[in-house]
Amino acid sequence: MKIHEYQGKEIFRRFGMTTPRGIPAFSVDEAVAAAESLGGEVWVVKAQIHAGGRGKGGGVKVARSVGEVREQAGKILGMQLVTHQTGPAGQKVRRLLIEEGADIQKELYVAMIVDRGTQRVCLMASSEGGMDIEAVAAETPEKIHRLFIDPGKGLEDEQADDIARKIGVPAGSVPQARAILEGLYRAFDETDASLAEINPLVVTGDGRVIALDAKLNFDSNALFRHPDIVEMRDLDEEDPAEIAASKFDLSYISLDGNIGCLVNGAGLAMATMDTIKLFGAEPANFLDVGGGATAEKVTEAFKIMLGNPKVKGILVNIFGGIMRCDTIANGIIAAARETQIQVPLVVRMKGTNEELGRKILADSGLPIISADNMADAAQKIVSAVDGNDVSPKSRARA
Amino acid sequence: MSILIDRNTKVITQGITGKTGQFHTRMCRDYANGRNAFVAGVNPKKPGEDFEGIPIYATVKEAKEATGATVSVIYVPPPFAAAAIDEAVDAGIELVVCITEGIPVRDMIRTRFRMQGKPTLLLGPNCPGVITPDELKIGIMPGHIHRKGRIGVISRSGTLTYEAVGQLTDLGLGQSSAVGIGGDPVNGLKHIDVLKLFNDDPETDAVIMIGEIGGTDEETAARWAKDNMKKPVVGFIAGVTAPAGKRMGHAGAIISGGKGTAQEKLAAMEECGIRVTRNPAEMGKLLQSVL
Repeated sequence: MKIHEYQGKEIFRRFGMTTPRGIPAFSVDEAVAAAESLGGEVWVVKAQIHAGGRGKGGGVKVARSVGEVREQAGKILGMQLVTHQTGPAGQKVRRLLIEEGADIQKELYVAMIVDRGTQRVCLMASSEGGMDIEAVAAETPEKIHRLFIDPGKGLEDEQADDIARKIGVPAGSVPQARAILEGLYRAFDETDASLAEINPLVVTGDGRVIALDAKLNFDSNALFRHPDIVEMRDLDEEDPAEIAASKFDLSYISLDGNIGCLVNGAGLAMATMDTIKLFGAEPANFLDVGGGATAEKVTEAFKIMLGNPKVKGILVNIFGGIMRCDTIANGIIAAARETQIQVPLVVRMKGTNEELGRKILADSGLPIISADNMADAAQKIVSAVDGNDVSPKSRARA
Repeated sequence: MSILIDRNTKVITQGITGKTGQFHTRMCRDYANGRNAFVAGVNPKKPGEDFEGIPIYATVKEAKEATGATVSVIYVPPPFAAAAIDEAVDAGIELVVCITEGIPVRDMIRTRFRMQGKPTLLLGPNCPGVITPDELKIGIMPGHIHRKGRIGVISRSGTLTYEAVGQLTDLGLGQSSAVGIGGDPVNGLKHIDVLKLFNDDPETDAVIMIGEIGGTDEETAARWAKDNMKKPVVGFIAGVTAPAGKRMGHAGAIISGGKGTAQEKLAAMEECGIRVTRNPAEMGKLLQSVL
């Protein structure tokens, strides 16, 4: 789960980390009131969306008067902000963060992620703040320092100080950097974060160390113990289809193609998408119905897929293990009838009671195309959607 | 022989009284030698009771001492599952098979840290388990699709493992053991560990290794196999079409920071002499072609 920058900074402050003073605003008037309440002479008006690259997209502006705050807030609120992470359609800006300006002397980078190889939290830090860290990693990997944190001890003072010095924090500011790094580890650990990133972490002209940005993602498997973080969820930032799917315990992700696919199991679902691509088409989604695919779940899954106007055909691929193919067949028929499906539907079922399942589909009177295996299913749906034949020999590669 | 488990293995079930634990304990007990293998259950609130004749103990330690079991299988709900693994490790269980999906990563980091230097092996979490066909099934896979034979199967995914097993069985190729290592980012046995076991197993002739996007375990295993594997290995990687930055169902199936793509894994495997297919319907045939 993702949250906004201003929410991330609230969490940072709980862990004793220094951030600029700031107030979230949902309207132009609130933005002006926020600037007046903060006082000072320079403010930053920051678009709050769940994507990086906001500054380059025109979503972060410096204002030198309350009038400029009003002007910039008016421009940014409601705009479709396009960044390298939003896709070409961009994301509508509904919230702002109004912050006091900072006298930036140095821009640094720090982040924490879970390292799968060492099975520890990894602190990544660099002197190259304010830039795309993937570009830094590709071009100057020696400028990224990594520390794998001992889960028994946490981040220790000497380790934090060493990292701070390596990334160019001036000697007098090292204790402040230590407080931020140690706070970041405690925040990461105690909130069950999956990513915590400060880009940039800045050193100001008077030697203060401040988290100028805050990006926090959380482990969705741990949200049950963080009701305060769940409250921060902003559904406006999420795909409506993915939200609808999650209500029925379906794992769904929208993609760009035109063939919907419904599969049981995450690995098989990805493999099914890959097979569609292998035979020349593109999947419209990832959809794992999980282990207990009831008629209700299959129906909801159909509704979600058919709610996507790009979908020109549906491929169902089920490996019946504990779940029997006859049960699935009845679920598919119920779903096809209820949604009055108008696009080609190919079903491949394998495993427990597969023959009975196929017979149920065949006897249903519905125009369901049956397939023998994954490749056959993919070819059939691609050719049904294309309206022309797809030769398996010309397209399949072993 | 086989790897990890055989007909003589004795198993404790943690979470035997929950709905999932009950269902799968019945299925496992009804498979091959399961009736003699599932010797104990654990529930701290129900010691002295039994589940359909399987005695229940308060702790893993007591269950182990009373029955001599060396393996435990866990169906405990996610908030308590890591503590269940810890308990099995502390009791000196040799192999813990954790089926539970949805354990917080932080819990698994702590559990794996506690396991350092201890002899216990962990399979999973978020895995289908392990089966040695016609001998013993520990987990949630459908037993009837398997057939006894000499092919080893390793996979991070459940149904994709069944897909591979189904293809092998249809071709008349049985399996020595089929092992699901699970779809979580912080787990126990990895591809390389299971590959080593199959390499040393005289009853395994070839291995099919199935991976997916996320992490670099498949590359690590491939590099090891290049210099050490004495048997043919073929592979498939799911997620060529998966977008970056999106979690594809499994907690561990995510391309992050440009790392963990299917293309990288496929390229690494091919470089190390592992034949791969881009067509998951051809996994069985590919394996057959290298025998």
